[in-house]
Amino acid sequence: MSLLRLEDINTFYGGIHALKGVTIEVNEGEIVTLIGSNGAGKSTTLKTISGQVKPKSGKILYNGQDITNTPPHITALSGIAHVPEGRRIFPRLTVKENLEMGAFSVKDKKLIAERMERVFHYFPRIKERLHQKGGTMSGGEQQMLAIGRALMMQPKLLMLDEPSMGLAPIIVEQIFEIIKELNDEGMTILLVEQNAFQALQIAHRGYVIQTGEIVMAGLGQELLVNEQVREAYLA
Amino acid sequence: MDVKNLLSTIQANKRLQAIIVGLYIVVTFASLYLAQKSVIAFLLLLASLLLLYFTSFSNRVKWLVGGLVLVVLLPLAASQGEAYQSYMEVATLVGIYIAMALGLNIVVGLAGLLDLGFVAFFALGSYTYGIFATSQANNFMPFGHYPLSGESFWVFIFIGCLVAALFGVLLGIPVLRVKGDYLAIVTLGFGEIIRIIFNNLDKPVNITNGAMGLASVKPPELFGIQFMYPSQFYYIVLIILIAVIFAVRRLEYSKIGRAWKAVRENEIAAQAMGIHLVRTKLMAFAVGASFSGMMGVVFAAKQTFVDPTSFTLVESITILVMVILGGMGSVPGVILGAAIVTILNLQVLTELTNWLNQLSLSGVIHVPDALSPAKMQRFIFGIILILFALYRPQGLLPAKNPVFDEKDLKDTDSNHPMNTGVHKGGTQHVHLDS
Ligand SMILES: Nc1ncnc2c1ncn2[C@@H]1O[C@H](COP(=O)(O)OP(=O)(O)OP(=O)(O)O)[C@@H](O)[C@H]1O
Ligand SMILES: [Mg+2]
Repeated sequence: MSLLRLEDINTFYGGIHALKGVTIEVNEGEIVTLIGSNGAGKSTTLKTISGQVKPKSGKILYNGQDITNTPPHITALSGIAHVPEGRRIFPRLTVKENLEMGAFSVKDKKLIAERMERVFHYFPRIKERLHQKGGTMSGGEQQMLAIGRALMMQPKLLMLDEPSMGLAPIIVEQIFEIIKELNDEGMTILLVEQNAFQALQIAHRGYVIQTGEIVMAGLGQELLVNEQVREAYLA
Repeated sequence: MDVKNLLSTIQANKRLQAIIVGLYIVVTFASLYLAQKSVIAFLLLLASLLLLYFTSFSNRVKWLVGGLVLVVLLPLAASQGEAYQSYMEVATLVGIYIAMALGLNIVVGLAGLLDLGFVAFFALGSYTYGIFATSQANNFMPFGHYPLSGESFWVFIFIGCLVAALFGVLLGIPVLRVKGDYLAIVTLGFGEIIRIIFNNLDKPVNITNGAMGLASVKPPELFGIQFMYPSQFYYIVLIILIAVIFAVRRLEYSKIGRAWKAVRENEIAAQAMGIHLVRTKLMAFAVGASFSGMMGVVFAAKQTFVDPTSFTLVESITILVMVILGGMGSVPGVILGAAIVTILNLQVLTELTNWLNQLSLSGVIHVPDALSPAKMQRFIFGIILILFALYRPQGLLPAKNPVFDEKDLKDTDSNHPMNTGVHKGGTQHVHLDS
C-alpha cells in the first residue's frame, strides 16, 4: 500500500526550476532510496514533502490524504520525520534535551522515557553522553543524535537526507545497519544518498534523480547492476 | 591552594554557610544602619542576595531569607537617615530594570531574536497610564472624565501589560519575515518609530502632548493612601518583580520555553519537531513586552512625568547590555546584570563624579567636565560589551542546562535502566561560540 506519493511535483527557487515533474512512490514497510549527484534535487524533494518549500504544482499524498502545502510543523505531527542535511541538532542543548525535543508534542513522561530507551538501544553511544552539549559531539555522534531525535517522534515515515555524509566508513556501515533494523521493525524509510552503492544495497527500490528529473526507477538490486547507474554513481 | 580548600570546606558545610551569610547580613545591616551615608554599606547589604544565591540551601530557604532582606532589612537599615529615599529610589529602579531585562531575556536569550527597540514597550506602558492619569485624555476621549483616580493604577498595571503584549505581537508579525541582522535593524526602527510617534502625536489631535510630555501623573492610591515616595514604590515593584520571576521560571521549563530554545538553536530543526515557528516567536515578543509594559506603568506613576526622552535607543541598548553582561538565557545572570548596570549608572558613576568634582573644587586635581564619569556611560558600556564578547561571552552567571532531577531518577529507575549511572551535576559549562 502506498504510504507516500508525489505526483508530478514542480518546485522552484525563484527562477530555478529545481524539481521538474517528480513522481515517486513509497510503500508502507519499504526502504526507498533517492540517489543523484550534487544539485540534482534530492534535498529539495524532501523539503517539498515536509513542507519547508512549497511546490508550484503537483500533489503530495500521504496515507491517502493530500498534504501538499502543509506547513512543516504539521507534517511533523502527522508522522513524517525529516532528518535534514547537515544534521541540524540543537548545539547548545544537552543531548538529553535534544532527544526530548523530538518528543515535543508528547506529554506522557513515561512514553518519552520509553522512546528514549528505544533510541539508546540503537545508539548506545548517545546514552553515554546525555549531559554533553549537542554541539560538542563528534560528527558521527551528531548524526546519530539527529536520527535518534527523529525516532523520538516515533514516525511512520522517516526521511533521511545523506546520513552518511562526512562519516568514517565504519560509522556509515553502522548507520546503514540501523536503518535496516528500523525497517525490519516496520518503519518506512525514504533515504536520500550520494553513497549510492550502500544505499541501493539496503533499499527495496530506488529512484535516480538528475537535474530535477527522475531518470530511472527500479528495484534496489536492479539499479545496483544497471550499467548507467554503475557508470554515473558507482564508479 | 588554601583558598580552594577553604572554599570546598565551605561548600560542603551548610551550617558554616548559614553562619557566614548570617554574619554578613548582620554586619552589613548594622553598617548601613549606623552609617547612613555609606553607599558602600547599602550595596554590600544588597550583595548579600548574591552570596545567598551561591549557598547550597534549598530554594525555599533562599527565597525566605532573600525576602526577609528585601522586605524588612534593607528598607529598615536605610530608613534611618536623609539618604533613605534616594536609596529606595535606586532599589526601585533596579527592580524596574530587572523586570525589563528579564523580558528582553525571553526575546533575545531564550528565543534568540535580537531586539534593539525593546524600550518601546516600556514607553507604551508609561504612556498608557500617563495619558489617562492626567487631564490629557480629555483632549480626545468622547466620554469619561480625566485624570482617572489613583485607584485605577492597579488596573492599569494589567492594561499596560496587555497593550505592550499586543504591540509585541503587532511588531512580531511583519518582523518575523526577517532574521538575524535584519531583525535587529527592523526592531531598532520600531523602537525609534514609537518614540517619534509619541513625540509628534500632539497634532492634529493632542494625544501625547508631544515633546512637552505629560506632567503631574496621578500617584497610585490604595485604601486612601497615596503612593508618592520611592520607599512606597519599592514595594509595588518588589511584588511585580517577584511575580515576574515566578512567571519566567515557570515559562522557561514549560512547553513554550522549550520551543523558544529550539527555535533559537535551529529554526528548521525546530519546525521538524512539530514546533509552530510563528506562534512561538510571537509568544516570545508578547511575553517579553508585557513585563516592560507593566513596569512602564509603574515608572510613569513614580516619575509623575512622562516624555519621549526617557525612551531613546540608549535605553534599549542599556537593557541589552544587562542581558549580555549577566548571561543570555540565564535568569539569575540577567537579574545580576540588571542590578549591576543600574547601580553603576545611578550610584557608582554619579558618586564618582561627585567625588571628582569635590577634588577639583578643592583644587587637588582638575578634571574637565567632558570627562566626568557620568558622561562616560556609553563609553563604559561599550568597553563592557567588548570585554565580555572577548573574554566571557556566556556572561557572569551563564545559563545552565537542566540536569536530572533526583526525584525523576528514582521514579524511573526501577523500570528504566537507562537512568542508572547518570550522576547529578553533569552540567556542562562548555560554551559554544556560535
Ligand atoms: N534556497 C535555495 N535557493 C536557490 N536555489 C536553491 C536553494 N536550495 C537549492 N537550490 C538549488 O536547487 C537545486 C537542487 O538543490 P538540492 O539541494 O535539492 O540538491 P541535492 O540533490 O540535495 O544536492 P546535494 O547532494 O549537493 O545535497 C540546486 O541547483 C540548488 O542550487
Ligand atoms: Mg542535498
